[in-house]
Amino acid sequence: MNEEIVLHSSDLHVEFGGVKAANGVDLKLRRGQLASIIGPNGSGKTTFLNLCTGYVRPTRGSVVFGNTDLTRLTPRAITRLGIARTFQLPQVFSQHTVLENLLIALAARDRFWTMARLHRDAPRREAEELLQIFDLSDVAGREIGRLPEGIRKLVDIAIALALAPSLLLMDEPTSGVSSQEKFEIMDMLVPILKERGITALLVEHDMELVERYMDRVIVWTAGQVVADGPPSEIMRKEEVLRNVIGDV
Amino acid sequence: MKRRSITALAIALSLVALALAPQFQPVLRPLLLMAMAVSFCALGLLILLRAGQVSFGHALYFACGAYTVAFGARHVNADMLTVTIMAVVCGTLLSMALGVLLSRYRDIFYAMLNLAFSMVGYTLLLKLYELTGGSDGISVQVTHLAGAEIDAQRFGWTLYYYTVALMGVVLLLIARYLNSPPGQALAALKTNETRLEYLGISGRLVLYTGHVVSAALASLGGAIAAMATGHVTPEMAYWSRSAEFVFVAILGGIGNVVGALAGALSFELIRTTASAYAANSWQLILGMVLVLIVLFAPKGLHGMVQQIFRRNGDAQ
Repeated sequence: MNEEIVLHSSDLHVEFGGVKAANGVDLKLRRGQLASIIGPNGSGKTTFLNLCTGYVRPTRGSVVFGNTDLTRLTPRAITRLGIARTFQLPQVFSQHTVLENLLIALAARDRFWTMARLHRDAPRREAEELLQIFDLSDVAGREIGRLPEGIRKLVDIAIALALAPSLLLMDEPTSGVSSQEKFEIMDMLVPILKERGITALLVEHDMELVERYMDRVIVWTAGQVVADGPPSEIMRKEEVLRNVIGDV
Repeated sequence: MKRRSITALAIALSLVALALAPQFQPVLRPLLLMAMAVSFCALGLLILLRAGQVSFGHALYFACGAYTVAFGARHVNADMLTVTIMAVVCGTLLSMALGVLLSRYRDIFYAMLNLAFSMVGYTLLLKLYELTGGSDGISVQVTHLAGAEIDAQRFGWTLYYYTVALMGVVLLLIARYLNSPPGQALAALKTNETRLEYLGISGRLVLYTGHVVSAALASLGGAIAAMATGHVTPEMAYWSRSAEFVFVAILGGIGNVVGALAGALSFELIRTTASAYAANSWQLILGMVLVLIVLFAPKGLHGMVQQIFRRNGDAQ
Protein backbone atom coordinates (compact mmCIF):
# COMPACT_ATOMS: atom_id res chain seq x y z
CA MET A 1 0.00 0.00 0.00
CA ASN A 2 1.23 3.44 -0.96
CA GLU A 3 1.94 5.55 2.13
CA GLU A 4 1.31 8.89 0.42
CA ILE A 5 -1.47 10.82 2.15
CA VAL A 6 -4.10 12.00 -0.32
CA LEU A 7 -6.66 13.53 1.99
CA HIS A 8 -6.09 14.79 5.49
CA SER A 9 -8.73 16.30 7.73
CA SER A 10 -7.70 17.75 11.05
CA ASP A 11 -9.77 18.95 13.98
CA LEU A 12 -12.81 19.24 11.72
CA HIS A 13 -15.90 20.71 13.34
CA VAL A 14 -19.34 21.51 11.98
CA GLU A 15 -22.79 21.51 13.55
CA PHE A 16 -26.34 22.03 12.40
CA GLY A 17 -28.75 23.48 14.93
CA GLY A 18 -26.77 22.14 17.84
CA VAL A 19 -26.25 18.68 16.32
CA LYS A 20 -22.56 17.97 15.85
CA ALA A 21 -22.00 16.37 12.45
CA ALA A 22 -18.22 16.61 12.77
CA ASN A 23 -16.69 17.00 16.19
CA GLY A 24 -12.92 17.18 15.89
CA VAL A 25 -12.44 14.69 13.08
CA ASP A 26 -8.84 13.72 12.26
CA LEU A 27 -8.63 11.44 9.28
CA LYS A 28 -5.95 10.48 6.78
CA LEU A 29 -6.58 8.66 3.54
CA ARG A 30 -3.69 6.99 1.71
CA ARG A 31 -3.34 6.83 -2.06
CA GLY A 32 -5.08 3.86 -3.64
CA GLN A 33 -7.03 3.01 -0.51
CA LEU A 34 -10.66 1.89 -0.67
CA ALA A 35 -12.24 3.08 2.54
CA SER A 36 -15.77 3.16 3.78
CA ILE A 37 -17.43 5.26 6.45
CA ILE A 38 -20.13 3.43 8.35
CA GLY A 39 -22.35 4.65 11.14
CA PRO A 40 -25.93 5.29 12.16
CA ASN A 41 -28.21 7.67 10.25
CA GLY A 42 -27.61 11.30 11.11
CA SER A 43 -24.13 10.69 12.49
CA GLY A 44 -22.51 13.02 9.94
CA LYS A 45 -21.14 10.62 7.33
CA THR A 46 -22.51 12.49 4.31
CA THR A 47 -21.54 15.77 5.95
CA PHE A 48 -17.92 14.64 5.81
CA LEU A 49 -18.23 14.17 2.03
CA ASN A 50 -19.91 17.58 1.83
CA LEU A 51 -17.05 19.11 3.80
CA CYS A 52 -14.52 17.53 1.43
CA THR A 53 -16.32 18.83 -1.65
CA GLY A 54 -17.04 22.39 -0.57
CA TYR A 55 -20.78 21.96 -0.14
CA VAL A 56 -20.51 22.63 3.60
CA ARG A 57 -17.94 24.85 5.31
CA PRO A 58 -16.45 23.72 8.63
CA THR A 59 -16.74 25.96 11.65
CA ARG A 60 -13.21 24.88 12.65
CA GLY A 61 -10.46 22.70 11.28
CA SER A 62 -9.35 21.91 7.75
CA VAL A 63 -9.42 19.36 4.96
CA VAL A 64 -6.26 19.18 2.88
CA PHE A 65 -6.02 17.40 -0.47
CA GLY A 66 -2.39 16.93 -1.51
CA ASN A 67 -1.03 20.32 -0.50
CA THR A 68 -4.25 22.25 -1.07
CA ASP A 69 -6.56 23.34 1.72
CA LEU A 70 -10.11 22.62 0.51
CA THR A 71 -11.84 24.41 3.33
CA ARG A 72 -12.64 27.65 1.49
CA LEU A 73 -12.82 26.32 -2.06
CA THR A 74 -15.99 25.98 -4.15
CA PRO A 75 -17.24 22.56 -5.32
CA ARG A 76 -16.15 23.56 -8.82
CA ALA A 77 -12.59 24.36 -7.79
CA ILE A 78 -12.37 21.16 -5.75
CA THR A 79 -13.55 19.09 -8.71
CA ARG A 80 -10.86 20.70 -10.85
CA LEU A 81 -8.25 19.50 -8.34
CA GLY A 82 -9.21 15.88 -9.10
CA ILE A 83 -11.91 15.06 -6.57
CA ALA A 84 -15.12 13.63 -8.01
CA ARG A 85 -18.21 12.59 -6.14
CA THR A 86 -21.42 10.69 -6.54
CA PHE A 87 -24.61 11.28 -4.65
CA GLN A 88 -27.12 9.24 -2.68
CA LEU A 89 -29.78 10.45 -5.13
CA PRO A 90 -28.09 10.18 -8.52
CA GLN A 91 -27.28 13.58 -9.99
CA VAL A 92 -27.56 13.37 -13.75
CA PHE A 93 -28.78 15.56 -16.60
CA SER A 94 -32.23 14.09 -16.97
CA GLN A 95 -33.06 15.52 -20.42
CA HIS A 96 -29.86 14.21 -21.98
CA THR A 97 -29.17 10.66 -23.08
CA VAL A 98 -26.91 8.37 -21.07
CA LEU A 99 -24.14 8.85 -23.63
CA GLU A 100 -24.51 12.64 -23.61
CA ASN A 101 -24.22 12.69 -19.82
CA LEU A 102 -20.80 11.07 -20.14
CA LEU A 103 -19.80 13.26 -23.08
CA ILE A 104 -20.55 16.40 -21.05
CA ALA A 105 -18.40 15.03 -18.22
CA LEU A 106 -15.57 14.24 -20.64
CA ALA A 107 -15.82 17.71 -22.17
CA ALA A 108 -15.68 19.19 -18.66
CA ARG A 109 -12.50 17.22 -18.03
CA ASP A 110 -10.73 17.94 -21.32
CA ARG A 111 -11.94 21.04 -23.10
CA PHE A 112 -15.32 22.52 -22.35
CA TRP A 113 -15.23 26.02 -23.86
CA THR A 114 -15.09 25.09 -27.49
CA MET A 115 -17.40 25.22 -30.49
CA ALA A 116 -16.43 21.65 -31.41
CA ARG A 117 -19.31 19.19 -31.38
CA LEU A 118 -20.09 17.32 -28.17
CA HIS A 119 -20.38 14.08 -30.15
CA ARG A 120 -16.80 13.89 -31.42
CA ASP A 121 -15.21 10.53 -32.15
CA ALA A 122 -12.50 10.40 -29.46
CA PRO A 123 -14.65 11.28 -26.43
CA ARG A 124 -17.46 9.18 -27.85
CA ARG A 125 -15.21 6.13 -27.92
CA GLU A 126 -14.09 6.78 -24.36
CA ALA A 127 -17.70 7.24 -23.21
CA GLU A 128 -18.73 4.02 -24.95
CA GLU A 129 -15.89 2.16 -23.22
CA LEU A 130 -17.11 3.41 -19.85
CA LEU A 131 -20.65 2.41 -20.70
CA GLN A 132 -19.43 -1.03 -21.69
CA ILE A 133 -17.67 -1.48 -18.34
CA PHE A 134 -20.94 -0.76 -16.54
CA ASP A 135 -22.96 -2.79 -19.03
CA LEU A 136 -24.90 0.29 -20.12
CA SER A 137 -24.28 0.14 -23.87
CA ASP A 138 -27.87 -0.86 -24.56
CA VAL A 139 -29.26 2.30 -22.99
CA ALA A 140 -26.61 4.71 -24.36
CA GLY A 141 -29.10 6.54 -26.56
CA ARG A 142 -31.95 6.62 -24.04
CA GLU A 143 -32.98 9.79 -22.18
CA ILE A 144 -31.71 9.16 -18.68
CA GLY A 145 -34.64 10.79 -16.88
CA ARG A 146 -36.84 7.94 -18.10
CA LEU A 147 -34.57 5.16 -16.85
CA PRO A 148 -34.75 3.33 -13.49
CA GLU A 149 -32.89 4.48 -10.38
CA GLY A 150 -30.36 1.63 -10.58
CA ILE A 151 -29.20 2.73 -14.03
CA ARG A 152 -29.08 6.38 -13.06
CA LYS A 153 -26.94 5.38 -10.10
CA LEU A 154 -24.48 3.63 -12.40
CA VAL A 155 -24.39 6.61 -14.75
CA ASP A 156 -23.74 8.89 -11.78
CA ILE A 157 -20.71 6.75 -10.95
CA ALA A 158 -19.61 6.60 -14.60
CA ILE A 159 -19.84 10.42 -14.81
CA ALA A 160 -17.57 10.72 -11.79
CA LEU A 161 -15.09 8.24 -13.29
CA ALA A 162 -15.13 10.08 -16.62
CA LEU A 163 -13.53 13.01 -14.81
CA ALA A 164 -10.47 10.78 -14.18
CA PRO A 165 -10.31 11.75 -10.53
CA SER A 166 -7.53 10.81 -8.14
CA LEU A 167 -10.02 10.77 -5.27
CA LEU A 168 -13.59 9.51 -5.61
CA LEU A 169 -16.14 10.18 -2.90
CA MET A 170 -19.32 8.11 -3.11
CA ASP A 171 -22.43 8.52 -1.04
CA GLU A 172 -24.16 5.15 -0.72
CA PRO A 173 -23.40 4.00 -4.26
CA THR A 174 -25.52 0.89 -3.85
CA SER A 175 -28.58 2.27 -2.06
CA GLY A 176 -31.89 1.94 -3.88
CA VAL A 177 -30.77 -1.08 -5.92
CA SER A 178 -31.51 -4.76 -5.35
CA SER A 179 -29.12 -6.88 -3.26
CA GLN A 180 -28.08 -8.74 -6.41
CA GLU A 181 -27.33 -5.46 -8.22
CA LYS A 182 -25.28 -4.20 -5.25
CA PHE A 183 -22.64 -6.84 -5.75
CA GLU A 184 -22.76 -6.44 -9.52
CA ILE A 185 -22.07 -2.71 -9.16
CA MET A 186 -19.18 -3.31 -6.79
CA ASP A 187 -17.77 -6.10 -8.97
CA MET A 188 -17.66 -3.64 -11.85
CA LEU A 189 -16.45 -0.67 -9.83
CA VAL A 190 -13.69 -2.04 -7.60
CA PRO A 191 -11.45 -3.41 -10.38
CA ILE A 192 -11.59 -0.05 -12.19
CA LEU A 193 -10.66 1.81 -9.01
CA LYS A 194 -7.74 -0.56 -8.40
CA GLU A 195 -6.63 -0.53 -12.02
CA ARG A 196 -6.70 3.28 -12.26
CA GLY A 197 -5.19 3.81 -8.81
CA ILE A 198 -8.14 5.87 -7.65
CA THR A 199 -8.47 6.45 -3.93
CA ALA A 200 -12.10 5.97 -2.92
CA LEU A 201 -14.10 6.87 0.14
CA LEU A 202 -17.61 5.48 0.36
CA VAL A 203 -20.43 6.13 2.75
CA GLU A 204 -22.08 2.73 3.01
CA HIS A 205 -24.67 0.93 5.09
CA ASP A 206 -24.23 -2.58 3.78
CA MET A 207 -21.80 -4.39 6.10
CA GLU A 208 -21.46 -7.42 3.86
CA LEU A 209 -20.38 -5.18 1.03
CA VAL A 210 -17.93 -3.26 3.20
CA GLU A 211 -16.36 -6.45 4.45
CA ARG A 212 -16.03 -7.93 1.00
CA TYR A 213 -14.63 -4.97 -0.93
CA MET A 214 -13.06 -2.37 1.37
CA ASP A 215 -9.46 -2.10 2.61
CA ARG A 216 -10.46 0.02 5.52
CA VAL A 217 -13.56 0.88 7.51
CA ILE A 218 -14.08 4.06 9.48
CA VAL A 219 -16.79 3.90 12.12
CA TRP A 220 -18.50 7.22 12.68
CA THR A 221 -20.91 8.14 15.46
CA ALA A 222 -22.14 11.55 16.60
CA GLY A 223 -19.60 13.36 14.42
CA GLN A 224 -16.61 11.38 15.66
CA VAL A 225 -14.48 8.53 14.40
CA VAL A 226 -14.82 5.81 17.04
CA ALA A 227 -13.01 3.00 15.25
CA ASP A 228 -10.77 2.76 12.22
CA GLY A 229 -9.00 -0.17 10.59
CA PRO A 230 -9.30 -3.16 8.28
CA PRO A 231 -12.87 -4.53 8.10
CA SER A 232 -11.88 -7.96 9.43
CA GLU A 233 -10.57 -6.33 12.59
CA ILE A 234 -13.24 -3.66 13.08
CA MET A 235 -16.17 -5.97 12.48
CA ARG A 236 -15.04 -8.14 15.38
CA LYS A 237 -14.95 -5.35 17.93
CA GLU A 238 -17.68 -5.94 20.47
CA GLU A 239 -18.32 -2.23 21.02
CA VAL A 240 -18.70 -1.55 17.31
CA LEU A 241 -20.96 -4.54 16.86
CA ARG A 242 -23.18 -3.49 19.74
CA ASN A 243 -23.34 0.29 19.34
CA VAL A 244 -22.86 0.92 15.65
CA ILE A 245 -23.43 -2.05 13.44
CA GLY A 246 -26.59 -2.89 15.33
CA ASP A 247 -27.90 0.61 14.53
CA VAL A 248 -26.68 0.52 10.93
CA MET B 1 -31.25 10.45 -40.74
CA LYS B 2 -28.95 12.02 -38.14
CA ARG B 3 -30.20 15.01 -36.18
CA ARG B 4 -27.34 17.13 -37.55
CA SER B 5 -28.27 16.30 -41.15
CA ILE B 6 -31.94 17.07 -40.47
CA THR B 7 -30.99 20.49 -39.10
CA ALA B 8 -28.72 21.22 -42.07
CA LEU B 9 -31.48 20.15 -44.47
CA ALA B 10 -34.10 22.23 -42.64
CA ILE B 11 -31.80 25.27 -42.74
CA ALA B 12 -31.09 24.81 -46.46
CA LEU B 13 -34.78 24.39 -47.32
CA SER B 14 -35.74 27.43 -45.24
CA LEU B 15 -33.15 29.60 -46.96
CA VAL B 16 -34.22 28.46 -50.42
CA ALA B 17 -37.86 29.15 -49.54
CA LEU B 18 -36.95 32.58 -48.15
CA ALA B 19 -34.90 33.41 -51.23
CA LEU B 20 -37.60 32.35 -53.71
CA ALA B 21 -40.86 33.37 -52.01
CA PRO B 22 -40.68 37.14 -52.69
CA GLN B 23 -39.69 36.49 -56.31
CA PHE B 24 -43.09 34.90 -56.84
CA GLN B 25 -44.98 37.11 -54.39
CA PRO B 26 -43.12 40.46 -54.01
CA VAL B 27 -45.82 41.62 -51.61
CA LEU B 28 -44.46 39.11 -49.10
CA ARG B 29 -41.03 40.72 -48.95
CA PRO B 30 -41.64 43.25 -46.10
CA LEU B 31 -43.44 40.59 -44.07
CA LEU B 32 -40.66 38.06 -44.52
CA LEU B 33 -38.00 40.65 -43.74
CA MET B 34 -39.64 41.60 -40.45
CA ALA B 35 -40.18 37.91 -39.71
CA MET B 36 -36.44 37.32 -40.11
CA ALA B 37 -35.64 40.30 -37.84
CA VAL B 38 -37.94 38.86 -35.17
CA SER B 39 -36.59 35.37 -35.68
CA PHE B 40 -33.08 36.52 -34.73
CA CYS B 41 -34.55 37.64 -31.41
CA ALA B 42 -36.57 34.43 -31.04
CA LEU B 43 -33.37 32.46 -31.62
CA GLY B 44 -31.88 34.36 -28.71
CA LEU B 45 -34.86 33.43 -26.56
CA LEU B 46 -34.57 29.82 -27.73
CA ILE B 47 -31.07 29.72 -26.23
CA LEU B 48 -32.35 30.99 -22.89
CA LEU B 49 -35.36 28.67 -22.93
CA ARG B 50 -33.01 25.74 -23.41
CA ALA B 51 -31.39 26.77 -20.14
CA GLY B 52 -34.85 26.88 -18.53
CA GLN B 53 -34.76 30.68 -18.39
CA VAL B 54 -36.92 33.30 -20.01
CA SER B 55 -36.28 37.00 -20.48
CA PHE B 56 -39.00 39.63 -20.60
CA GLY B 57 -36.42 42.26 -21.44
CA HIS B 58 -34.66 41.31 -24.65
CA ALA B 59 -36.32 44.26 -26.39
CA LEU B 60 -33.57 46.28 -24.69
CA TYR B 61 -30.94 44.64 -26.92
CA PHE B 62 -33.29 44.82 -29.90
CA ALA B 63 -33.58 48.58 -29.37
CA CYS B 64 -29.85 48.84 -28.67
CA GLY B 65 -29.14 47.29 -32.08
CA ALA B 66 -31.71 49.49 -33.78
CA TYR B 67 -30.50 52.77 -32.25
CA THR B 68 -26.87 51.85 -32.93
CA VAL B 69 -27.77 51.50 -36.61
CA ALA B 70 -29.54 54.86 -36.52
CA PHE B 71 -26.62 56.62 -34.81
CA GLY B 72 -24.00 54.74 -36.79
CA ALA B 73 -25.57 55.52 -40.15
CA ARG B 74 -25.89 59.19 -39.21
CA HIS B 75 -22.55 59.81 -37.51
CA VAL B 76 -20.08 57.07 -38.48
CA ASN B 77 -20.75 55.27 -41.73
CA ALA B 78 -23.96 54.57 -43.63
CA ASP B 79 -22.77 51.14 -44.70
CA MET B 80 -25.17 48.24 -44.08
CA LEU B 81 -22.38 45.88 -43.04
CA THR B 82 -20.61 48.39 -40.81
CA VAL B 83 -23.74 49.43 -38.91
CA THR B 84 -24.79 45.80 -38.51
CA ILE B 85 -21.42 44.94 -36.95
CA MET B 86 -21.63 48.04 -34.75
CA ALA B 87 -25.12 47.04 -33.61
CA VAL B 88 -24.06 43.51 -32.67
CA VAL B 89 -20.95 44.76 -30.88
CA CYS B 90 -22.94 47.33 -28.88
CA GLY B 91 -25.65 44.81 -27.95
CA THR B 92 -22.98 42.31 -26.94
CA LEU B 93 -21.13 44.83 -24.79
CA LEU B 94 -24.34 45.95 -23.09
CA SER B 95 -25.32 42.34 -22.37
CA MET B 96 -21.81 41.56 -21.09
CA ALA B 97 -22.12 44.39 -18.58
CA LEU B 98 -25.69 43.53 -17.47
CA GLY B 99 -25.01 39.79 -17.64
CA VAL B 100 -22.54 40.01 -14.76
CA LEU B 101 -25.52 40.68 -12.50
CA LEU B 102 -28.22 38.82 -14.42
CA SER B 103 -26.34 35.50 -14.55
CA ARG B 104 -26.50 35.31 -10.74
CA TYR B 105 -30.27 34.90 -10.93
CA ARG B 106 -32.56 32.15 -12.18
CA ASP B 107 -36.18 31.71 -13.18
CA ILE B 108 -38.62 34.51 -12.32
CA PHE B 109 -35.85 36.70 -10.87
CA TYR B 110 -33.83 36.48 -14.09
CA ALA B 111 -36.96 37.19 -16.17
CA MET B 112 -38.06 40.18 -14.11
CA LEU B 113 -34.60 41.69 -13.77
CA ASN B 114 -34.30 41.62 -17.55
CA LEU B 115 -37.68 43.35 -17.72
CA ALA B 116 -36.50 45.99 -15.24
CA PHE B 117 -33.38 46.77 -17.28
CA SER B 118 -35.38 47.00 -20.49
CA MET B 119 -37.82 49.44 -18.91
CA VAL B 120 -34.90 51.58 -17.75
CA GLY B 121 -33.64 51.51 -21.34
CA TYR B 122 -37.09 52.40 -22.69
CA THR B 123 -37.37 55.36 -20.33
CA LEU B 124 -33.91 56.63 -21.24
CA LEU B 125 -34.73 56.44 -24.95
CA LEU B 126 -37.95 58.32 -24.28
CA LYS B 127 -36.55 61.03 -22.01
CA LEU B 128 -33.15 61.78 -23.55
CA TYR B 129 -34.86 63.78 -26.26
CA GLU B 130 -31.78 65.69 -27.46
CA LEU B 131 -29.99 62.44 -28.15
CA THR B 132 -32.72 60.00 -29.12
CA GLY B 133 -35.47 62.20 -30.48
CA GLY B 134 -37.77 61.05 -27.65
CA SER B 135 -41.03 59.48 -28.74
CA ASP B 136 -40.48 60.77 -32.31
CA GLY B 137 -37.45 58.53 -32.66
CA ILE B 138 -34.78 58.83 -35.35
CA SER B 139 -34.88 58.06 -39.03
CA VAL B 140 -32.41 55.57 -40.44
CA GLN B 141 -30.61 56.13 -43.71
CA VAL B 142 -28.34 53.35 -44.93
CA THR B 143 -26.88 53.93 -48.37
CA HIS B 144 -24.00 51.50 -48.92
CA LEU B 145 -23.22 47.81 -48.66
CA ALA B 146 -19.57 46.76 -48.25
CA GLY B 147 -18.45 50.06 -49.78
CA ALA B 148 -20.74 49.91 -52.82
CA GLU B 149 -23.58 52.38 -53.12
CA ILE B 150 -27.05 50.82 -53.02
CA ASP B 151 -29.51 51.90 -55.69
CA ALA B 152 -32.43 53.47 -53.77
CA GLN B 153 -34.89 51.52 -55.94
CA ARG B 154 -33.17 48.25 -55.04
CA PHE B 155 -32.65 48.99 -51.33
CA GLY B 156 -35.51 46.72 -50.22
CA TRP B 157 -34.24 43.79 -52.27
CA THR B 158 -30.61 44.35 -51.19
CA LEU B 159 -31.56 44.43 -47.51
CA TYR B 160 -33.75 41.37 -47.98
CA TYR B 161 -31.05 39.15 -49.50
CA TYR B 162 -28.45 40.55 -47.13
CA THR B 163 -30.73 39.39 -44.29
CA VAL B 164 -31.29 35.96 -45.89
CA ALA B 165 -27.50 35.52 -46.07
CA LEU B 166 -27.12 36.62 -42.45
CA MET B 167 -29.91 34.24 -41.46
CA GLY B 168 -28.04 31.34 -43.07
CA VAL B 169 -24.80 32.16 -41.27
CA VAL B 170 -26.55 32.71 -37.93
CA LEU B 171 -28.62 29.52 -38.11
CA LEU B 172 -25.51 27.45 -38.84
CA LEU B 173 -23.51 29.14 -36.09
CA ILE B 174 -26.24 28.78 -33.49
CA ALA B 175 -26.89 25.15 -34.45
CA ARG B 176 -23.17 24.58 -33.96
CA TYR B 177 -23.17 26.39 -30.62
CA LEU B 178 -26.15 24.35 -29.38
CA ASN B 179 -24.32 21.13 -30.28
CA SER B 180 -21.10 22.21 -28.57
CA PRO B 181 -20.40 21.49 -24.88
CA PRO B 182 -21.39 25.01 -23.71
CA GLY B 183 -24.59 24.75 -25.78
CA GLN B 184 -25.45 21.31 -24.42
CA ALA B 185 -24.68 22.57 -20.94
CA LEU B 186 -27.62 24.99 -21.27
CA ALA B 187 -30.06 22.09 -20.95
CA ALA B 188 -27.81 20.60 -18.27
CA LEU B 189 -28.14 23.87 -16.36
CA LYS B 190 -31.90 23.52 -16.59
CA THR B 191 -32.02 20.00 -15.20
CA ASN B 192 -29.11 19.85 -12.75
CA GLU B 193 -26.91 22.85 -12.04
CA THR B 194 -25.48 21.05 -8.99
CA ARG B 195 -24.04 18.25 -11.13
CA LEU B 196 -22.63 20.82 -13.53
CA GLU B 197 -20.75 22.48 -10.67
CA TYR B 198 -19.50 19.04 -9.56
CA LEU B 199 -18.09 18.54 -13.04
CA GLY B 200 -16.02 21.67 -12.50
CA ILE B 201 -18.20 23.82 -14.77
CA SER B 202 -19.58 27.17 -13.70
CA GLY B 203 -23.34 27.20 -14.22
CA ARG B 204 -23.19 30.95 -13.97
CA LEU B 205 -20.69 31.20 -16.82
CA VAL B 206 -22.80 28.86 -18.96
CA LEU B 207 -25.81 31.13 -18.48
CA TYR B 208 -23.69 34.27 -18.92
CA THR B 209 -22.46 32.99 -22.28
CA GLY B 210 -26.00 32.05 -23.33
CA HIS B 211 -27.25 35.46 -22.25
CA VAL B 212 -24.59 37.31 -24.24
CA VAL B 213 -25.17 35.22 -27.37
CA SER B 214 -28.92 35.69 -27.11
CA ALA B 215 -28.52 39.45 -26.65
CA ALA B 216 -26.18 39.65 -29.66
CA LEU B 217 -28.89 37.95 -31.72
CA ALA B 218 -31.57 40.34 -30.43
CA SER B 219 -29.41 43.33 -31.35
CA LEU B 220 -28.89 41.86 -34.83
CA GLY B 221 -32.68 41.57 -35.10
CA GLY B 222 -32.98 45.21 -34.02
CA ALA B 223 -30.45 46.29 -36.63
CA ILE B 224 -32.39 44.58 -39.43
CA ALA B 225 -35.70 45.96 -38.16
CA ALA B 226 -34.26 49.49 -38.05
CA MET B 227 -33.03 49.26 -41.64
CA ALA B 228 -36.27 47.62 -42.79
CA THR B 229 -38.56 50.26 -41.29
CA GLY B 230 -36.17 53.21 -41.77
CA HIS B 231 -37.09 54.52 -38.35
CA VAL B 232 -36.40 53.71 -34.70
CA THR B 233 -38.57 54.60 -31.70
CA PRO B 234 -38.44 53.86 -27.94
CA GLU B 235 -41.31 51.38 -28.41
CA MET B 236 -38.67 48.97 -29.70
CA ALA B 237 -37.48 48.62 -26.08
CA TYR B 238 -40.97 48.33 -24.58
CA TRP B 239 -41.80 45.21 -22.57
CA SER B 240 -44.58 44.10 -24.93
CA ARG B 241 -41.94 43.73 -27.65
CA SER B 242 -39.96 41.43 -25.35
CA ALA B 243 -43.08 39.39 -24.75
CA GLU B 244 -43.51 39.11 -28.52
CA PHE B 245 -40.08 37.45 -28.79
CA VAL B 246 -41.01 34.98 -26.05
CA PHE B 247 -44.28 34.29 -27.88
CA VAL B 248 -42.46 33.59 -31.14
CA ALA B 249 -39.88 31.32 -29.45
CA ILE B 250 -42.64 29.27 -27.78
CA LEU B 251 -44.67 29.19 -30.99
CA GLY B 252 -41.70 27.86 -32.95
CA GLY B 253 -40.47 25.47 -30.29
CA ILE B 254 -37.01 25.18 -28.81
CA GLY B 255 -36.03 21.81 -30.28
CA ASN B 256 -34.44 23.17 -33.44
CA VAL B 257 -33.02 26.49 -34.61
CA VAL B 258 -35.36 26.52 -37.60
CA GLY B 259 -38.25 26.53 -35.11
CA ALA B 260 -37.49 30.19 -34.33
CA LEU B 261 -37.75 31.09 -38.00
CA ALA B 262 -40.97 29.11 -38.42
CA GLY B 263 -42.37 30.75 -35.29
CA ALA B 264 -41.51 34.25 -36.52
CA LEU B 265 -43.00 33.60 -39.96
CA SER B 266 -46.21 32.22 -38.43
CA PHE B 267 -46.36 35.13 -36.01
CA GLU B 268 -46.03 37.74 -38.74
CA LEU B 269 -48.58 35.90 -40.89
CA ILE B 270 -51.09 35.65 -38.05
CA ARG B 271 -50.53 39.28 -37.12
CA THR B 272 -50.85 40.56 -40.69
CA THR B 273 -53.91 38.44 -41.45
CA ALA B 274 -55.57 39.22 -38.12
CA SER B 275 -54.86 42.96 -38.56
CA ALA B 276 -56.37 42.88 -42.04
CA TYR B 277 -59.55 41.07 -41.09
CA ALA B 278 -59.99 42.07 -37.46
CA ALA B 279 -58.09 45.34 -37.04
CA ASN B 280 -59.31 45.97 -33.51
CA SER B 281 -58.89 42.51 -32.12
CA TRP B 282 -55.71 41.09 -33.65
CA GLN B 283 -54.09 40.84 -30.21
CA LEU B 284 -57.03 38.70 -29.11
CA ILE B 285 -56.43 36.32 -32.00
CA LEU B 286 -52.70 36.15 -31.24
CA GLY B 287 -53.47 35.45 -27.60
CA MET B 288 -55.83 32.65 -28.54
CA VAL B 289 -53.21 31.12 -30.81
CA LEU B 290 -50.71 31.14 -27.93
CA VAL B 291 -53.24 29.48 -25.61
CA LEU B 292 -53.88 26.79 -28.21
CA ILE B 293 -50.16 26.20 -28.72
CA VAL B 294 -49.52 25.89 -24.98
CA LEU B 295 -52.49 23.53 -24.55
CA PHE B 296 -52.11 21.32 -27.58
CA ALA B 297 -48.52 21.72 -28.84
CA PRO B 298 -46.34 22.68 -25.88
CA LYS B 299 -43.25 21.90 -27.93
CA GLY B 300 -44.28 24.45 -30.56
CA LEU B 301 -44.32 24.08 -34.34
CA HIS B 302 -41.07 22.12 -34.29
CA GLY B 303 -42.59 19.63 -31.85
CA MET B 304 -45.68 19.30 -34.04
CA VAL B 305 -43.62 18.53 -37.14
CA GLN B 306 -41.48 16.07 -35.19
CA GLN B 307 -44.62 14.30 -33.94
CA ILE B 308 -46.04 14.03 -37.47
CA PHE B 309 -42.78 12.49 -38.78
CA ARG B 310 -42.65 10.10 -35.83
CA ARG B 311 -46.24 8.98 -36.42
CA ASN B 312 -45.53 8.42 -40.11
CA GLY B 313 -42.40 6.49 -39.20
CA ASP B 314 -44.35 4.32 -36.75
CA ALA B 315 -47.09 3.72 -39.33
CA GLN B 316 -44.52 2.46 -41.81
